Amino acid sequence: MTKLRLLLTASAVALALGAATSAQAARGSDGELKILYWQAVSILNPYLSGGTKDLHGSSMVIEPLARYDEKGNMVPKLVDEIPTIENGGVSKDLKSITWKLSKGIKWSDGTDFTADDVVFTADYCLAPDGGCQQRAYFSDVTKVEAIDPLTVKITFGVPKPFPYGPFVGSQSPILQKAQFKDCMGAKAPECTDANFHPHGTGPFRVTEFKPNDVISFEANPYYRVADEPHFATAVLKGGGDAASAARAVLETGEYDYAWNLQVEPEILAQMAQAGKGVIVSSFGTQVERLEVNPYDASAAAGDARSTKQAGPNPALSDPAVRKALSIAIDRDLLVEAGYGEAGKATCNFVPAPDIYASTANDWCLKQDIASANKLLDDAGWVMGSDGVRTKGDARLSLIFQTSTNSVRQGSQALIKQMWQQIGVETELRNTDPSVFFGGDPASPDTFQKFYSDIEMYTNNFDGTDPEKYLAGRMCDKIPSPENGWLGENISRYCDPAYDKLAAKLAGTGKLADRAKIAKEMNDMLIEAGTMIPLIHRGDVSARAATLDGVRMNSWDSQLWNVASWSRKK
Amino acid sequence: MLNYTLRRLMFAIPTLLVISFIIFALLDLAPNDPTGNLPLTIPPEVREQIRQSLGLGDPFLIRYAKWLHQFFVNEPLNILSQITGADIFESADRLRIRSWATRSPVVDLIVQRMPQTLWVVGMSYVVGILIAIPIGIISAHKQYSIFDQLGTFISMVGFSVPTFFTGVLLIVIFSVKLHWFPSIYDTNHEVTDWSSFVFQIRQMFLPVMVLALYNTSQISRFVRASMLENLNQDYVRTARAKGVKEKTILLVHVLRNSLIPVVTVIALGVPTVFSGAIITEQIFRVNGLGQLLITSIQGGDIPVVQTLTFIFAVLIVLFNLIADVLYGILDPRIRYD
Amino acid sequence: MTDAPQPDIQLEALPQERSRAMQLWGRFRDHKGGIIGAVVFLIIIIAVTIGPYIHTIDPQFLDIRSKNQGPSLIHPFGTDNLGRDMLAQVLAGGRLSLSVGMVAMALSLFLGTVVGLLSGYIKWLDGPLMRLTDLFLALPLLPLLLVIIMLFRETLRAVFGPETGIFILIVFVIGITSWMHTARIVRGDVLSIKNQEFVLAAKSGGTREYNIILRHLLPNVMSSIMVSATLGIATAIITESALSFLGLGFPSDFPTWGRLLYDGANFLQITPSRVLWPGLAISLTVLSVNYMGDAFRDALDPHKVKH
Repeated sequence: MTKLRLLLTASAVALALGAATSAQAARGSDGELKILYWQAVSILNPYLSGGTKDLHGSSMVIEPLARYDEKGNMVPKLVDEIPTIENGGVSKDLKSITWKLSKGIKWSDGTDFTADDVVFTADYCLAPDGGCQQRAYFSDVTKVEAIDPLTVKITFGVPKPFPYGPFVGSQSPILQKAQFKDCMGAKAPECTDANFHPHGTGPFRVTEFKPNDVISFEANPYYRVADEPHFATAVLKGGGDAASAARAVLETGEYDYAWNLQVEPEILAQMAQAGKGVIVSSFGTQVERLEVNPYDASAAAGDARSTKQAGPNPALSDPAVRKALSIAIDRDLLVEAGYGEAGKATCNFVPAPDIYASTANDWCLKQDIASANKLLDDAGWVMGSDGVRTKGDARLSLIFQTSTNSVRQGSQALIKQMWQQIGVETELRNTDPSVFFGGDPASPDTFQKFYSDIEMYTNNFDGTDPEKYLAGRMCDKIPSPENGWLGENISRYCDPAYDKLAAKLAGTGKLADRAKIAKEMNDMLIEAGTMIPLIHRGDVSARAATLDGVRMNSWDSQLWNVASWSRKK
Repeated sequence: MLNYTLRRLMFAIPTLLVISFIIFALLDLAPNDPTGNLPLTIPPEVREQIRQSLGLGDPFLIRYAKWLHQFFVNEPLNILSQITGADIFESADRLRIRSWATRSPVVDLIVQRMPQTLWVVGMSYVVGILIAIPIGIISAHKQYSIFDQLGTFISMVGFSVPTFFTGVLLIVIFSVKLHWFPSIYDTNHEVTDWSSFVFQIRQMFLPVMVLALYNTSQISRFVRASMLENLNQDYVRTARAKGVKEKTILLVHVLRNSLIPVVTVIALGVPTVFSGAIITEQIFRVNGLGQLLITSIQGGDIPVVQTLTFIFAVLIVLFNLIADVLYGILDPRIRYD
Repeated sequence: MTDAPQPDIQLEALPQERSRAMQLWGRFRDHKGGIIGAVVFLIIIIAVTIGPYIHTIDPQFLDIRSKNQGPSLIHPFGTDNLGRDMLAQVLAGGRLSLSVGMVAMALSLFLGTVVGLLSGYIKWLDGPLMRLTDLFLALPLLPLLLVIIMLFRETLRAVFGPETGIFILIVFVIGITSWMHTARIVRGDVLSIKNQEFVLAAKSGGTREYNIILRHLLPNVMSSIMVSATLGIATAIITESALSFLGLGFPSDFPTWGRLLYDGANFLQITPSRVLWPGLAISLTVLSVNYMGDAFRDALDPHKVKH
């Protein structure tokens, strides 16, 4: 930052302050805000890195047209209202959406924010060879055009009952055309300066960026709300582990906010007793679940392992076994041991928003060892002298894999013991997360390959619409050697009736109808026992007791309303 | 000796090339992936496009050749043009080695991380050596005295308790209970005057302590063993018989001879200073080279891991050479030729 | 200086081997620290072998209702956050940790000593072997582990079963990634010894090469090896915990000391006994091995033969 620019900034601040009334003259009055993310931010361009930490970091600087609030409702940010069919913003055929930008919004370098920037952002992500990580948000987009400097029209190739993919939520914010115009496609990674110091419309702007370490921000003098942000500067420090991050807010008070504290609940509770900070949590759509492998996953199956060619899984192909495994689990105990405030027992694939949450499967909420045993007895699984049930050659001996994480290993141990009571033997295995979720086709330990009988992990969907998430369980999404193990249908579920419902959902516009179909699909998955949902997981963070205005949000960036955070007086 | 050094240096080049190839092959084989840490909401086909855009679609040998060219030609030229300030050989068009996570040049990342690693890890090494040598000498001189027993006990405990535990313990005692030292290292802090220097010392204190305990334990054991070895040698007995003062024997004759193997151990340890202290850097958020390495490994960021480990390899080969040369100079009994 | 090797040369005849062993034992016995170390080490070994038969609680039994308890009569070391008995876990963990520590240490010492002796003594081997050492020092450990585990976990599991398979893998991995310092140090020692008079004398006296290495060089580098051994056992135990932490070690339901310590670190303020006992166990083991090492070194020291 040159002296000249500093001077300009200072005079701009003075102007802004002069224009505002004295009551509003609170921008930057609260000193420094210190935020701690135990995964450090690598880059502030979400199109080049879709990591959660990177999205959150960039959300302090660059903004989408609309965000989700803490209840999952869309709130306009750079527009005056959310386009709907009712107000004419969404076309009747559901194939286009028109956003009207607010007047007078400026970039942090003082230039005007226009429709050109929005159009450019779409071009930027859709440019070939760019490796844009948010491309899924622009799927089916055929054209993005600026009708006038304040109007953007997005056209889709197919009817979109939920047209709020592009430019809504922290995943697809608007980049400044002037700054990024030479960074299209293959050149994107070379614009280090722009990627580290993007101009934005958000409350802060970057003064110094140390990748994977710490970012320094200052209040954006051109921010559209006169008295925001309340903090003059902000620091976003990264690195370390979740427990020590919690300690820095709750016990030593060195930081104001710590993100994503997946630590055993009693540790957090003990730290919170120091009184320096408060634990905050919120629920989105994350479900910790067990995926059940319908195919033979043993090494004996060779290359066909875990695919249809390997034949059915000797134990898990029996619906009675799948159901018994589910009702033998005491989900509340798992919550108590590993999640505390940040977990609720669930029996659903789609646990939220409320209109999509089914209640048809709540039978699984109560642990019932006796019925589980009876189910297995009736199905012909005979208890052996070693405490393990067998039926013919098949033995209820399962390999149970998950990623390495102390809470998950705790859950694994608990589930192993619960299953022991119904005569199921479990071999636990854990794999480094970067391998497990890495998807390297050469590795046998990825969750897509599923070289085990049971797998535990969590997944969710961004935003509030489950259509794409549910579509991930269609037959053509099954990972296999033919498609390079790419595919979201980890449990290899395949039912033509389900595929039909998915197609129906894609063509339905009315919210109540969509909810009904989505619930029906959810229930099909659970009824089939293709997965065993365990816990509806929330996000846990900690804020300093002196920090006001935090509205914990699982639908968008946790820093979505950082502009209105303030220091308690 | 000069001859030997030159011959070794010549040997070093093919050695390093082989090492760089093996590291590259190893990283290529390793199953962790650059998209592994991305949210699962990013669909598989987008992940595949990301991999392609990172150049993972190219054959292995081409990627290796590219890296070699970037590391041995482009980066040195770039440094050269930065030093001279002149834009020689169209530096703007040269492809630099870029991290996959930050998309910025790897060399810039390393330069950025160097200060905190040298401050914290380097300092702990120096502190460790300075404490270890006197402890080792006294322990050996007064073998089985209370000092020796205590020294042995503390250094063994120091060595056997891992840093992931001592770090947490020190934070709980000194940051949480006593509020004496910060638990998080501020990499933005600049030393400009006395009070900022004091702050720098305060924030370095805990990580340096944790690491120094470990280093001291290790080095003092070697000093002690080596001293004991020499104290039993005939020349010591001869000197004693001749009536040379015990102090002179100990500090001049024995120490000189005992430090020979210790120097090797110390020289061999220097590269580990640069590779940082992964766990300690993580706990205190020093975010130096060790943290860069571990986050890059976990994130499957091959360009960073490859470049960093190769630089470590260069340092290792170099310091092994230095150790050998020092050995030859210090110990007249060794003849390499 | 010249008379040091004489006793060794005379000891070559076979019947005297036994008396030499007796002599070593005699000298070992004189070392008070060594005896205490040996006793403590024996107690630890006996405790972890017999202990589980006396304290019969299953280390894996979860009793969530009695989690995070302090020491009591039923749970002398308290319980962890899932209600597992800590004493039982420390005992079970000791079996694994001790065997991993000792076998891995032995492997690494063996490799290091062989490479060090050969490259120090045999000139033409020095260059290649030392470059190999450089290579191993330079290899990034984590990716190496990921690759080894990826390639061999399934095969070993199929042949030896999950526990033994992983055991072999871990011991192998720790062994082959930790021998380099021993090799460097042994080589340094050999370089400085091999031109000393007693070695030259033995050479000119017609002693065979392998005899020179075994009889004259090895005893003289023993003290360095012993230091490496004591440090090595600690390193192996701790490396194992780092491996389990990264998901590359034993499955999570096989406790080891390092792992117990790691898992307990965050519970330091809630249940201090969770870190106290595993930490103490590791330290005691390392200490006792260290003292035994000291005693061995004194017993083996050729310069003490004359006393």
